[in-house]
Amino acid sequence: MTFSTDLDRRFRDAAVQLELLDAAYDTVASPVGDLLVAATRDGLLRITFDPDPDAVLERISRDVGPAMLRASRAIDPIRRELDEYFDGQRRAFDLSLDLRATTAFTHRVLDELARVPYGRTATYGELASRAGRPQAARAVGMVMNRNPIPIVLPCHRVVGASGDLVGYAGGLERKIQLLRLEGAML
Amino acid sequence: MMEAVSTIPPFETFYVEHRTEVLGVLRKSLGSQRAEDAFQETFLRALRAYGRLTHGEHLRAWVLTIARNVALDAHRRERPGGELPEPVHVDGLPAAVELAELTDGLPDTERRAVVLRYGYDLDYERIAHALGSSPDAARQAASSGVRRLRRSMR
Repeated sequence: MTFSTDLDRRFRDAAVQLELLDAAYDTVASPVGDLLVAATRDGLLRITFDPDPDAVLERISRDVGPAMLRASRAIDPIRRELDEYFDGQRRAFDLSLDLRATTAFTHRVLDELARVPYGRTATYGELASRAGRPQAARAVGMVMNRNPIPIVLPCHRVVGASGDLVGYAGGLERKIQLLRLEGAML
Repeated sequence: MMEAVSTIPPFETFYVEHRTEVLGVLRKSLGSQRAEDAFQETFLRALRAYGRLTHGEHLRAWVLTIARNVALDAHRRERPGGELPEPVHVDGLPAAVELAELTDGLPDTERRAVVLRYGYDLDYERIAHALGSSPDAARQAASSGVRRLRRSMR
């Protein structure tokens, strides 16, 4: 039996409109590969480069609840801003974020991270100082590694003290690509 | 971390797994046209109740029960006081089918409560969702259904 895509879309739209979802998600195509983007009613919850969406979805389900559906309609505003960013038309994101699953320290570090401007870099140590824990460069590295919302929270702009790129949870290639896009690297 | 006995899958997984069967069942019962509204209603009801599930077992039986209730409601709206439609047929659950014959004479709510409890082995929380009532009311319906069956067998 064929399943009507129209019927399917109507159900997904209704679920969003009636605000019945703990989280909605969709795939967003980008120059750094397909992104899995998830959002709650409170805001953007997760961006991942992860090729295994099932594992990601199960983790999200544990964090916010199992009422999760692929629903492009809910993700469209985020998709629009990401598209603009990758087109070089947007330097800052204007999106509310849902950081409920993070600890106080992580939250503070991510707040500071969000202030690192487009096309600029900061070191792990600098970020640690700004978050009030100058000795915690290593812990900041950990926070970057587990950043729930890469690209929008720009952990690609954080580099080692000597200017080395050090690492990126999405792979160093992507970090270089994003910094080039922003004109921070030639 | 301890793994739960049967975790509840993300709704997407549950929906994709059962949507074709649910639509088929509703088409048989209501015809293609009306099945589409009933389909939407079935999965919206399931979505509303999904966060209150305590485990991920019997999800197929659960959603087929919701579909059946939605179909019944549609028939009632159409022909108040008229005949009930053919019951939605569920494969692979002989206990429930056997029980269905036994329970045919019961009032509707009691019959559904008894079948879900003893045929599908659902807990009262789940039965309450399917019936659109409280767990206490579901328990009461099941036990008065059983009492009525006992009396009728004497």
